Amino acid sequence: MTVLEQPGSSRNKSSLAGPPPAWRPRVDPAPLLPDAAPYRLLGTDAAARLDSGLLTRLYAQLVRGRRYNAQATALTRQGRLAVYPSSTGQEACEVAAALALEERDWLFPSYRDTLAAVARGLDPVQALTLLRGDWHNGYDPHEHRIAPLCTPLATQLPHAVGLAHAARLKGDDVVALAMVGDGGTSEGDFHEALNFAALWQAPVVFLVQNNGFAISVPLAKQTAAPSLAHKAVGYGMPGRLVDGNDAPAVHEVLTEAVERARGGGGPTLVEAVTYRIEAHTNADDATRYRADSEVETWRAHDPIALLEHELEARRLLTDELVGATRDGAEQMAADLRERMNADPVLDPMDLFNHVYAEQSSQLREQAAQLRAELDAEAAGHPEDAAGTGGSAEEARP
Amino acid sequence: MTTTVPATARKPATMAQALTRALHDAMAEDPSVHVMGEDVGTLGGVFRVTDGLAREFGEDRCTDTALAEAGILGTAVGMAMYGLRPVVEMQFDAFAYPAFEQLVSHVAKMRNRTRGALPMPLTIRIPYGGGIGGVEHHSDSSEAYYLATPGLQVVTPATVEDAYGLLRAAIASDDPVVFLEPKRLYWSKSDWSPDAPAPVAPLGRAEVRRRGSSATLITYGPSLPVCMEAAEAARAEGWDLEVVDLRSLMPFDDETVCASVRRTGRAVIVHESNGFGGPGGEIAARITERCFHHLEAPVLRVAGFDIPYAPPMLERHHLPGVDRILDTVARLQWESDWTEGRGE
Repeated sequence: MTVLEQPGSSRNKSSLAGPPPAWRPRVDPAPLLPDAAPYRLLGTDAAARLDSGLLTRLYAQLVRGRRYNAQATALTRQGRLAVYPSSTGQEACEVAAALALEERDWLFPSYRDTLAAVARGLDPVQALTLLRGDWHNGYDPHEHRIAPLCTPLATQLPHAVGLAHAARLKGDDVVALAMVGDGGTSEGDFHEALNFAALWQAPVVFLVQNNGFAISVPLAKQTAAPSLAHKAVGYGMPGRLVDGNDAPAVHEVLTEAVERARGGGGPTLVEAVTYRIEAHTNADDATRYRADSEVETWRAHDPIALLEHELEARRLLTDELVGATRDGAEQMAADLRERMNADPVLDPMDLFNHVYAEQSSQLREQAAQLRAELDAEAAGHPEDAAGTGGSAEEARP
Repeated sequence: MTTTVPATARKPATMAQALTRALHDAMAEDPSVHVMGEDVGTLGGVFRVTDGLAREFGEDRCTDTALAEAGILGTAVGMAMYGLRPVVEMQFDAFAYPAFEQLVSHVAKMRNRTRGALPMPLTIRIPYGGGIGGVEHHSDSSEAYYLATPGLQVVTPATVEDAYGLLRAAIASDDPVVFLEPKRLYWSKSDWSPDAPAPVAPLGRAEVRRRGSSATLITYGPSLPVCMEAAEAARAEGWDLEVVDLRSLMPFDDETVCASVRRTGRAVIVHESNGFGGPGGEIAARITERCFHHLEAPVLRVAGFDIPYAPPMLERHHLPGVDRILDTVARLQWESDWTEGRGE
């Protein structure tokens, strides 16, 4: 007899009679689970239903994006950019992200996603301001509804959730698409963003570009999950796994997720499996952590080549199309090169603008100090700037 | 009177009630004001500061969030980007640290980074400081961390009037405000009337709480009542102390502080936060830079010890009290005291 089984206590007996109510999952996880293999369209029978107009639009943007990556990388070598994280090989994800959104939607890019911003209409030079170093963000986020390129990992994801939530509170059918890399999925903000999004059923889509490496650390050391898309199930949102080099497939999956969000269906996590062909940045030596043969395997699965194959099968890959696409990309690159080779005109006094809506007395004093230093510099007496009182002559020994 | 007085309009007697009233009035006036945080809805906050707001304004305006400080502040950033004015509650000082990256990397910088295109009109309410017998992680004075971050405003009321007025000003500000609520003053009372709240000085202005001539005590938040008590006690010792309540640590009111120190010639800074790397060092430096020729003694500090926050049964030894303030004031008799024995 245990303590609970007191003789004559029928109440205790009845409470022991049956187990507690059976536990049941809050949501049936089955529909949330991603497919076992990345979703593909190109090279499958399903490709036949793809709209030719969409294919040529994607193609033009892919080629343009590849050229942009090459030009920006060249500008880094010339010292025009402090750094450029190339998305060569990942262009399909970038382009599809931009094309899946309506004009009123918002894009929340990571630092590698300049291409998505440019494909959304952002001026190619403005997209590089951060990386050139003349300011932290080169554009007005409201103009194309693109949040600033985010350098800390995954911290832009809760912003996307908050914006989407606010839009819905205001009655606007705006969707936010937030982009993050595989490494970023390990960050706490990734977890908190997905949890908030699912709880609030916020109209937001998370696009994880799994490009294989977080700088040098491979995915196997990043997560023990079956796939990054599987993480969605735990939050109560669907996870989709897609071939990130298959531009129409990424576009379709993202478009569905965006429409679902817009229709009140809540958030989706999309994992696009792709590969970073270039090093992390020009400061990285990718040969230290991966074999050339691996890179070559992925080169053979190139997003542009995949799409060209489909266009060719449809007899759309004409000399005219190829020529016009290439010319358009070259023109963009030449314009970018020319404008980036001009030194930006900077006003150091800008440092004090926009710290606060209203400048504090402390900042006003510091602004006056810099003004005096600049005036002295302009007058050819930079050493005069050191002291606030007395002339340069007096200050010299 | 024939009109029904709603529960939230009852006369606030405590600082907590004045804060509630401020939130209520801000939400009633501006539909873009949203309150969010853990337990702020049904429970009304663990200190009851958000009491009744969810009932009156709905759960969309006063939202119980998941337990995730970075998520709370991070989503508030996105909401501010879309034109809302979130008022975020961090339940306790030390619970705010998971949100630190969002605060430092995004909240503080978004206006600057986007050249004014994305201002962050959000208020982050943080109950802070000791004196309530809280266990570890419930009594930190974290103001120095926030002060060290350009782009943030750091505000802390010490009176019931200021609790209402400064919180209204913080919510109305187009810049982010870390609003530090001295939790041991939540139950302090005044005859402040909610029906006709007297206007208070705006953010960035200090107040002389007590006029005096022989030295200035510079303080804020939870240490103000202690300083007022010390100033009364000092009369018996022949000291006529002036007390300056900073109210806002950033922007900092150099003018009021320096005018006071120039009048009295002596300054003591009092705060609960640890002295090394604490706000007192910055304040002392500012006073020395601006008032050196007016000073009759070195600028001194009375601060918490440089220890992780004390366990509750020992915290009274850690927190600056009246005696420690008076002992420090006595040290301001620079020549007669500190120079004693120099030649021996």
